[in-house]
Amino acid sequence: MLKALQIEPEKCTGCLQCELACSFQAEGVFNPSKSRIKIFTFHDEGRFVPYTCTQCSEAWCMHACPVEAIVFNDRTGAKEVLADVCVGCKVCTIACPFGTVNYDQDDKVAYKCDLCGGAPECAKACPTGAITYVDADHTGLARMRAHAAKTANVGASA
Amino acid sequence: MQHVIIGAGPAGVIAAETLRRLDPGASVKLVGDEQEPPYSRMALPYYLFDRIQEDGTHLRKQPDHFSRNGIEVLRARVTAVNTKARRLTLDGGKELGFDKLLIATGSHPIRPPIPGMDLDGIFSCWTLADGRNIAKRAGKGSRVVLMGAGFIGCIILEALAMRGVKLTVIEMGDRMVPRMMNQVAGGLIKKWCETKGVGVHTSTRVESIEKSGAALKVRLSSDKVLDADVVISATGVRSNLEFLGGSGIETDFGVKVNDRLQSSHPDVFAAGDVCQGRDFSTGEYSVQAIQPTAADHGRIAAANMAGRSVRHQGSVNMNVLDTMGLISTSYGLWMGVPGGESAELRDTDRYRYLSLQFSGDHLVGAQSLGLTEHVGVLRGLIQTRVRLGRWKDRLLKDPTRIMEAYLGCTQALGHNAGVLA
Ligand SMILES: Cc1cc2nc3c(=O)[nH]c(=O)nc-3n(C[C@H](O)[C@H](O)[C@H](O)COP(=O)(O)OP(=O)(O)OC[C@H]3O[C@@H](n4cnc5c(N)ncnc54)[C@H](O)[C@@H]3O)c2cc1C
Ligand code: SF4
Repeated sequence: MLKALQIEPEKCTGCLQCELACSFQAEGVFNPSKSRIKIFTFHDEGRFVPYTCTQCSEAWCMHACPVEAIVFNDRTGAKEVLADVCVGCKVCTIACPFGTVNYDQDDKVAYKCDLCGGAPECAKACPTGAITYVDADHTGLARMRAHAAKTANVGASA
Repeated sequence: MQHVIIGAGPAGVIAAETLRRLDPGASVKLVGDEQEPPYSRMALPYYLFDRIQEDGTHLRKQPDHFSRNGIEVLRARVTAVNTKARRLTLDGGKELGFDKLLIATGSHPIRPPIPGMDLDGIFSCWTLADGRNIAKRAGKGSRVVLMGAGFIGCIILEALAMRGVKLTVIEMGDRMVPRMMNQVAGGLIKKWCETKGVGVHTSTRVESIEKSGAALKVRLSSDKVLDADVVISATGVRSNLEFLGGSGIETDFGVKVNDRLQSSHPDVFAAGDVCQGRDFSTGEYSVQAIQPTAADHGRIAAANMAGRSVRHQGSVNMNVLDTMGLISTSYGLWMGVPGGESAELRDTDRYRYLSLQFSGDHLVGAQSLGLTEHVGVLRGLIQTRVRLGRWKDRLLKDPTRIMEAYLGCTQALGHNAGVLA
């Protein structure tokens, strides 16, 4: 059974432990600006929304890559950037309609969430359970839609 | 079922793989006329400054990728298509039959009508063969004149600058990338290039090129004459359609298709730079000649060839460019629409720029300079046609809040797969 990151923004307190854990795992530095998961703050509502790649099945980034530098990991379901194959053309960063593939101007490669190879550090670091790593059918579409419907009014009227 | 694909670029390769998956029992043949294994033109700039070797340009990295997936790759040039007999004529006279045909022959660089264009030392930068020639001739310190500062020209510019050549760029338009960026952004890119030591002549054309000893003399419309060791021409592209003469397949700028990427002949489809496909933003049919569109087309055309009925909602025209460290993007109707509102953030000293274009309540186009984080969400906002509601006013005040606007409007909250389905 594939697992997926489940995000429950209503539980997020904006403590940024996930960003620190992610940047340390991925880059060896505690530097939120290098994190693959980002917390967006809605000041007006005092709300925090953790946001990262959902490893979507359309995989726009993977299909747009001209050199096969983004590959499917069939064990984790993640779409992973192979940094040594990536030429840094950035086409994936404009093709991902969720804005979850970014370009690293220091290393000159694209980067995105790779689920840490199957043990995501963000989920381990989150003290409130806002980010959990669960069986993929838990995050299934019906559930997502129900969730979206539940919270849609909040966002629209914010 | 015999599927035949003409052209082994990204559109053709993605189509072949999609056909293999959707139609496991069928035969899939990929016919390409270049000598190399299927490769990506887009990777050429990175080959030019030695970031990768030739194999780094290959579309698929496993040498047996195609044979392992039951895709037969044939090296031949198709010279004619007979739709009645369902046969292709190959160079050398051989024939090849098909049940369903995909035309994915890409495009070629146009040759500007300038006296002297056939002199030695003048190249396009379109094929790996061109790349090898340029690498041989344009070394550190060589004087290089680049004709054309369009999208492809600017990508080559970066690679040439990295090679350490002495570079001058000539562009007919009044700014750089005139078909991708407005006056402000295109002007800033020009200024940036000049501060990096590249000569940029806009609103200027090359009148003629003459031989002068071992070098070339490039005469400009401003009467200036430049000495050059190498001239590179990047003045636009045209779809490869010649071999379709007499086939009855309707063409315009590219092969004319419907929203299933089917040509005027029901068993013939088209994809990529050769295809005049639907533009998401305008609803009109045009040749976009960009990689993401070739990938979209390849997948959708193949699905329809395999008997599924998949509509192409249109590709968003989008580009990203790195001009010696200054990263720019443009999306959709970046120039705006009549009566539409727009939001702009300018920080010219720091080479930062963001412009958003709205039509009524949604985003229809954007341009950015210096934005590398979450930039793809501009595509998401445009292509989902999400109603911005109150977020529009917020974006009008502060266009940098695009990611929040997306989250606020779609409530994607990380569970965003399927929103474009
Ligand atoms: C230097 C450079 C940089 C680029 N950078 C970018 C970029 O950053 N972003 C972006 O979006 N796009 C970029 N592009 C454009 C992108 O490469 C093209 O849009 C893409 O290659 C189109 O794919 P295609 O499969 O339609 O055509 P092609 O890649 O051109 O492939 C078509 C193939 O068909 C072959 N063929 C043609 N006629 C025949 C025939 N009669 N018989 C057999 N075979 C035939 C051709 O030789 C070719 O191999 C760049 C292009 C160049 C040259
Ligand atoms: S930036 Fe790298 S991973 Fe992204 S499309 Fe280009 S080569 Fe592929």
